[in-house]
Amino acid sequence: MSTNKVIQVDGLTKMFGDFTAVNAITFDVKKGEIFGFLGANGAGKTTAMKMLIGISNPTSGKANVAGFDVFTNAEDIKKNIGYMSQKFALYDDLTVKENITFFGGIYGLSRSKIKEKSNALIEDLGLETVANQLVGSLPLGWKQKISFSVALLHDPKIVFLDEPTGGVDPITRRQFWEMIYKAANQGTTVFVTTHYMDEAEYCDRVSIMVNGKIEALDTPKNLKTQFKAANMNDVFLKLARG
Amino acid sequence: MNRFIGFIKKEFYHIFRDRRSLFILFGMPIAQILLFGFAITNEINNVDIAIFDHSKDATTKEIINKISASKYFSIKQMVTHEADIASVFEKGHVKAVLNFEKDFSKNLIKDHKATVQIITDATDPNTANTISNYVNAILQQYQKELNKDITIAYQIVPETRMVYNPELKSVFMFVPGVMTIILMLVSAMMTSISITREKELGTMEILLVSPLKPIQVIIGKVFPYIFLSIINAIVIVVLSIFIFNMPVQGSMLLLALESVLFIISALALGILISTISATQQTAMMISLMGLMLPVILLSGFIFPISSMPLPLQLISNIIPAKWFIIIIKGIMLKGVGIEFIWKETLILVGMTVFFIALSVRKYKIRLE
Repeated sequence: MSTNKVIQVDGLTKMFGDFTAVNAITFDVKKGEIFGFLGANGAGKTTAMKMLIGISNPTSGKANVAGFDVFTNAEDIKKNIGYMSQKFALYDDLTVKENITFFGGIYGLSRSKIKEKSNALIEDLGLETVANQLVGSLPLGWKQKISFSVALLHDPKIVFLDEPTGGVDPITRRQFWEMIYKAANQGTTVFVTTHYMDEAEYCDRVSIMVNGKIEALDTPKNLKTQFKAANMNDVFLKLARG
Repeated sequence: MNRFIGFIKKEFYHIFRDRRSLFILFGMPIAQILLFGFAITNEINNVDIAIFDHSKDATTKEIINKISASKYFSIKQMVTHEADIASVFEKGHVKAVLNFEKDFSKNLIKDHKATVQIITDATDPNTANTISNYVNAILQQYQKELNKDITIAYQIVPETRMVYNPELKSVFMFVPGVMTIILMLVSAMMTSISITREKELGTMEILLVSPLKPIQVIIGKVFPYIFLSIINAIVIVVLSIFIFNMPVQGSMLLLALESVLFIISALALGILISTISATQQTAMMISLMGLMLPVILLSGFIFPISSMPLPLQLISNIIPAKWFIIIIKGIMLKGVGIEFIWKETLILVGMTVFFIALSVRKYKIRLE
């Protein structure tokens, strides 16, 4: 296995009864890359992602994430990845600090490490004034940023973001993508699903899933040339309409 | 271990920052035990009665004095016309009328027999029955006093003896039931709600993606409730001993162990419920309808199982609460040891193992 490929997927398939949710997808993701995982609702991207993060068993195929096999070493994968869901799941009835401490704790960080990380995080995001406030009282955009930082707390090799910008305003989205770039520059691989086609333009490479299959995979620039489209939105529409 | 402590700490934050769950956890047991102990009772106290005295002689006066001196009755009014009896009841305050026949004293001396009619308002049959029993008891007591000096008057006085609860204190009957309900409520409902809450919020997904094993997540979720349930059980027992003077005849240790067993079976049920419900509301409805109602109605807590129709009697066997109530009634009121309740204990163990096995099977290690 080449060391700079952190995700290698070969013919990965997931069937629910007779229904093929994910149909033999094959791709790989390089270290430090921002990989956009696009598709309409129901195209199978969430199912595919769940297999990669070790919470859903593939029916067949091969997949290697962060150097570990999804069939045999799902537990090792979990230690090496971060995950943020579209719900920005933090505990509303815990303060910012308590959330950080808790999530640091379940990833097995030491107490001193948690303290160090949590101070750095609070300073980075400018959260000094709200560090001891309940998360429930914070605006959505802040929750999203905290949630992302918490997913990076244990320095994972890869961070999986499931529609991380749903429901937040364009300015916050912009700021959020700056955080993604920063993480990628520091060597974290970012695997992101999104609905927003303008965000697809920010990715290094993009795959587009249609009905469980990956129909296109390239840089946004090449995809636009290939499909003779002005922007990613048109590329997506051309593919999705078949 | 560090992870586990962090998890438990977080769980306690959830509990202590939510007024609703705090109230259910600590307000409910106290409120319920006091309610059942004081308000909902089969005993009678200060029941209003009326007297219709045809003879107005020394004997009837004495009997009336005795009745009014007892704490069970207070004499509301004296009726003077036969026709007024109905209207006395219709007003609703008076629950019974004592109707002394004409020449009561004279008849008693001449025929050794006099009649007093006890008319009770049987719209509430239980109370009516109790009132008539209490009046009878007072009359018999008086009769005994009369016969004291007369050597020939042999009389057979039927004596009922109530064993285990000689004063027929209903609170003794309710304590085991309330304890069962509270433990069920805290263990099953609260855990199922707290687990489904994580599902609803999406944090369960985050926990499953983390290196925590699913079993660690579940143990972390239920552990605080084991702890709180035990505290609740202690509060209930202490309250019933000190406020209601309820005896605990048997071994405290056995009582504690049996309670832990029941708590675990209820927790397993809670986990089971959380695996089949997607939202907190569903979990709550299933807990209330599926657990609380059967516990209240079919466990023998309020309605005796032996007087139920056969199908219900059969159904009552699959309710863990029924066995737990038999066990703790045995320990608390009869003072029996494990040799008399091993069968019930074994049934409870079997059910617990079954629920745990089922919930482990049902618990989706990998979110589908």
